[in-house]
Amino acid sequence: MSGPDDGHAGPDDGHTGTSGRTGQATLTAVPPRPPAPEEPPQRPGITRWAADLAMGGRFAVTGGRESWARTIMTAVGVGLGVTLLLFAASVPTMDSARTERSNAIAAFGFGEEPEPGPGTVHVAQANTDFRDMDISGVVLAPDGSRPPHPPGISGVPAAGEMYVSPALKKLLDSDEGKLLRDRFPYRVAGVIGDSGLSGPTELRYYAGITPKQFDSVPSSYHLDSWGAQDTSGDELDPALVLLVVIGCVVLLLPVLIFIATAARFGGERRDRRLAALRLVGADIHMTRRIAAGESLFGSVLGLAVGATLFLLLREAVGGASMMGLSFFTSDITPSFPLALAIVVTVPASAVAVTLIALRAIAIEPLGVVRNATPKRRRLWWRLLLPLLGIGLLAPLAGGFGVGSSGGDFQSYQAAAGAALLLIGTTALLPWLVESVVERFGKGPVPWLLATRRLQLSSGTAARAVSGITVAVAGAIALQMLFGSVEGQSTEETNQDPNRAQLMMNIKVDNGAQARDAFDRLGAAKGVRSVLEITEGSISDAHSKAKDPADIPTNSLTVAGCPALRELAHITSCRDGDAFIVTRDPEYTGPDNAFAKPGAQVNVAFDDEGMPTPGKQKLWTVPRSAKKVESREDPNGALHSGIFATPGAFDISDLANPQAVAMLRLDPKVPDADEYVRNASVTITPTLDVTQITSSSQSSEFQTIRNVLFIGATSTLLLIGASMIVTTLEQLRDRKRLLSVLVAFGTRRSTLSWSILWQTAVPVVLGLALSIAGGLALGVLLLKMVGEGIAVDWAGLAAMTGIGAGVILVVTLASLPPLWRMMRPEGLRTE
Amino acid sequence: MSIGHTLLGLLEGGPRHGYDLKRAFDERFGHDRPLHYGQVYSTMSRLLKNGLVEVDGIEHGGGPERKRYAITDAGITDVEGWLTEPEKPEPYLQSVLYTKVVIALLTGRDAADLLDVQRAEHLRLMRELTQRKRGGDLSDQLICDHALFHLEADLRWLELTAARLGQLAKAVRS
Amino acid sequence: MTPAGSLLMADDLHKSYGPTPALDGAEFSIHPGEVVAVMGPSGSGKSTLLHCLAGIVRPDSGSVHYGGRELSTMSDSERSSLRRGEFGFVFQFGQLVPELTCGENVALPLRLNGVKRKEAEARSLSWMERLEVADVAHKRPGEVSGGQGQRVAVARSLVTGPRVLFADEPTGALDSLNGERVMELLTEAARETRTAVVLVTHEARVAAYSDREVVVRDGKARDMAGAR
Repeated sequence: MSGPDDGHAGPDDGHTGTSGRTGQATLTAVPPRPPAPEEPPQRPGITRWAADLAMGGRFAVTGGRESWARTIMTAVGVGLGVTLLLFAASVPTMDSARTERSNAIAAFGFGEEPEPGPGTVHVAQANTDFRDMDISGVVLAPDGSRPPHPPGISGVPAAGEMYVSPALKKLLDSDEGKLLRDRFPYRVAGVIGDSGLSGPTELRYYAGITPKQFDSVPSSYHLDSWGAQDTSGDELDPALVLLVVIGCVVLLLPVLIFIATAARFGGERRDRRLAALRLVGADIHMTRRIAAGESLFGSVLGLAVGATLFLLLREAVGGASMMGLSFFTSDITPSFPLALAIVVTVPASAVAVTLIALRAIAIEPLGVVRNATPKRRRLWWRLLLPLLGIGLLAPLAGGFGVGSSGGDFQSYQAAAGAALLLIGTTALLPWLVESVVERFGKGPVPWLLATRRLQLSSGTAARAVSGITVAVAGAIALQMLFGSVEGQSTEETNQDPNRAQLMMNIKVDNGAQARDAFDRLGAAKGVRSVLEITEGSISDAHSKAKDPADIPTNSLTVAGCPALRELAHITSCRDGDAFIVTRDPEYTGPDNAFAKPGAQVNVAFDDEGMPTPGKQKLWTVPRSAKKVESREDPNGALHSGIFATPGAFDISDLANPQAVAMLRLDPKVPDADEYVRNASVTITPTLDVTQITSSSQSSEFQTIRNVLFIGATSTLLLIGASMIVTTLEQLRDRKRLLSVLVAFGTRRSTLSWSILWQTAVPVVLGLALSIAGGLALGVLLLKMVGEGIAVDWAGLAAMTGIGAGVILVVTLASLPPLWRMMRPEGLRTE
Repeated sequence: MSIGHTLLGLLEGGPRHGYDLKRAFDERFGHDRPLHYGQVYSTMSRLLKNGLVEVDGIEHGGGPERKRYAITDAGITDVEGWLTEPEKPEPYLQSVLYTKVVIALLTGRDAADLLDVQRAEHLRLMRELTQRKRGGDLSDQLICDHALFHLEADLRWLELTAARLGQLAKAVRS
Repeated sequence: MTPAGSLLMADDLHKSYGPTPALDGAEFSIHPGEVVAVMGPSGSGKSTLLHCLAGIVRPDSGSVHYGGRELSTMSDSERSSLRRGEFGFVFQFGQLVPELTCGENVALPLRLNGVKRKEAEARSLSWMERLEVADVAHKRPGEVSGGQGQRVAVARSLVTGPRVLFADEPTGALDSLNGERVMELLTEAARETRTAVVLVTHEARVAAYSDREVVVRDGKARDMAGAR
């Protein structure tokens, strides 16, 4: 009923009521209020951004159990990645700190050796081995009143005293080191401080000896100061540089991919929560900013987790010895620019990844709309990346490391090329998975379930695998490079450990001393026999030369028949025999021709090692001396000159004799070589016992290889962990569906197989791609260092096997939760 | 239902005798409850008094006098107002069932049983209607649906009452 | 109601999740071709009764007989195979595999039973025609309406020719018109094939499609046939 109170509306106006009232409201608003100038409607201000990001951060914490779980997963994932990155960032510091210390304690003389005086110290290297441990040592005696002392100790140790590193002290005090104690007939006067060590587990000692003891030292010198300016004169082999560069790319890329994956953990659930925000009025930009805020919070938390984990692990790593390397905890400090880069890049990339992921979906108030028909992945830019990489690497073929000027630039070019090739391989993966999976479909039910799922979300699958792709591709390339470089840096030594196992050079004054030394060595436990060789020189007794330096000389080797047989091809030998051993005619110049059977030679030399024409000591080479061929001794050396048995020549007549003992050990006696080394200290404090081995490997090469192996393993473990998380997340989202499938009688095995296929298909594709990418990179790298192309099939199989193993582990780890989720409880909605 | 408004609406078509009005009303709306003539008479005199109708003429014959009524302008306005005004929804409280439940509770009988039996009866009827609906044409379906929805509403009330029996028992017995 | 000649029969079922009993001495029986509505308020144990009857959940005590066999003595794989072959299921929501097409979803139980792909496809298509959803066979569940999706689910539940169909709030997520159409088609198909239907619902109008109702209250099931 229209009443008088509606009078202002026209009498024919049937639509009174609310519409009329709103009209009235608009009318009274005339003139319209101008938009507030301090609030531009389009571009959100920084405060707006900050507010939304902060809100996202709050959601990350207060969004209930689910968002907490998501935040923690992201934080732990990012944290693991950050930990690895921080260690990588510490490598430069660790390296320079180690180099600095090593330089500071170097006891090498450079340039002119100083004259002995009050400010110098007489030193000799006295390194030794104990089982598989290297012990560095220096024996020293002051030349005067104020000798320089090595860093880490307060003064030069007195004769009969020594300073030891903490690690060596521990070893000596332990049961294991019982045997070692005999080798150091010194009183421990103190412990070397950290400043005198390159690493905490270094085994090092400084022993004081008497000046007299230097008489038995084959090689010694005087120092007026400790430390070297720079010992990095010998630069790394370019191939090794390349290895390090590629290794870093290979190890760090998966970590970055992992961090990107971690930023997406729980993304689908987060999207649903954001949809609820849209319902209460948030606009699209706001929800994106809130999502970014959540990611930001998670990744910042991840930085904290990573830093904490790094600090904890640092304590464990510092002081522990890995592959013969040890670092002080304080040295494991990330370089500031790199640490800064991590702190800035990680959260930024987490936010970027979130925003990119959100671009593909529309968060509507009533739910999340995924683009029903996702854009087909384009091939061209994905192909462009690896081609660009090849383009960068190809010009370097054969020329890497040639010319010092372009070295740095070449390193960057190589790193960029390798990175592009590897990233390109990863970028190709989603396209490959999509185009291959598209063709699948017909097959048994597990296969059907798996492939249909992949068709619907091939990107998720590809992302999970991409980390492995980089790691495997990189590892294959490295393996190829290793294969060839290994051949290079493993030198054949020509030594024959079957004929003798240990060798010792002994400085003796006369034959009696030599015999005494031989006896001491022969008495050591586990020595089967000693090949005793004493070498000296002879000169032409009838030389017309005026200057003694121009008088022709030759060597005289005195040894028993068994030892001589090791040095020359001798058929019959009895004490009293002598032989003339010639080598290549090129070596046997006319100068040496004086040493003939029946010739008289001079065996006297002065202290400087010059023949003494005025004060000759004559010896006649026996007429019966036969010419024989030289033979490599067990140490791989060739000897020539006159060979005489002790019956033909008395070694006590030799001037400046040099004794060499080659020892054959009883393989049944454990630690036989340690007993020999212990015995050697009674002959000379410098313990000059060396091992005869058939090959030796560049130690820096071995270190790089070990470091890479450890890195690759931890990377793969990381990826495996993230894949497990992703799979579990997927399963949890399908809890109800799983229960329904169980209700209508689906077997466990059916679903288990579908999980396996679902994991295996992208992984097999990823492996195929990574093998192709890895081989391509490997071939290019080999060309760069100028090596022949050889595919390391065993290594390839191993890498593929590791990748496949990760898949198996991921599948197996997903099965128990899968079966748990297949319980009927998932059907309960009440 | 307002009888006055209904009769006024019938008069809008043209003047009628009181008896005509009753017949027309019964024909269209009074299937199970025909109007008494006295009801018509008292209603019409009220409308007459309010000026919504006027007497168009009187026929005198053997029997009661027969007035012919016509609607006035005010009457037309009144009908229009009634038609445009929505009906106040009536709460369905005083149903027989409610009375039964209360009586059952008061006398210590099983009210839940009563409700269950009633539900079964409702469902039986609903099944019948559903059956009829499946066989019938569109108008049958619509008519059956109407009944079904009403029965469903009753059933919901039954469910709710069943769930609140404890509460109700306390309230009734206190 | 006499249990004689019944296809599926439960006696004195007890089942609790945690301290609260979901079933507390429930009884139930159904004959071939019969449609029985299980009614009751939320949380009364309707779904638990269905889960026990279908051998999805093992009751704490009590017995479920199907075709002369006791379900609780059967192994998990035996019960699974029973569900694959003899039972069909329709749920309220979330039952279609989102990445499979509707046609593949319908064919899924057949394929799980080892039926060849071609034959499975042909049989599922005929059921989809019957439920008037043949035209969406190549669409994914996300691309069809709720009513169509639910009819696809019904087709899937019937495609194996089950002897018992378990329907848990099959129209719960639908409007009345779509809900009624689903119920009509479901009961019609079930009657024709003499499939027994256990229909869990809280809606009276859905229950009206049944032959009789069982009311579950406080974990006890009451057969209302005797109350009439």
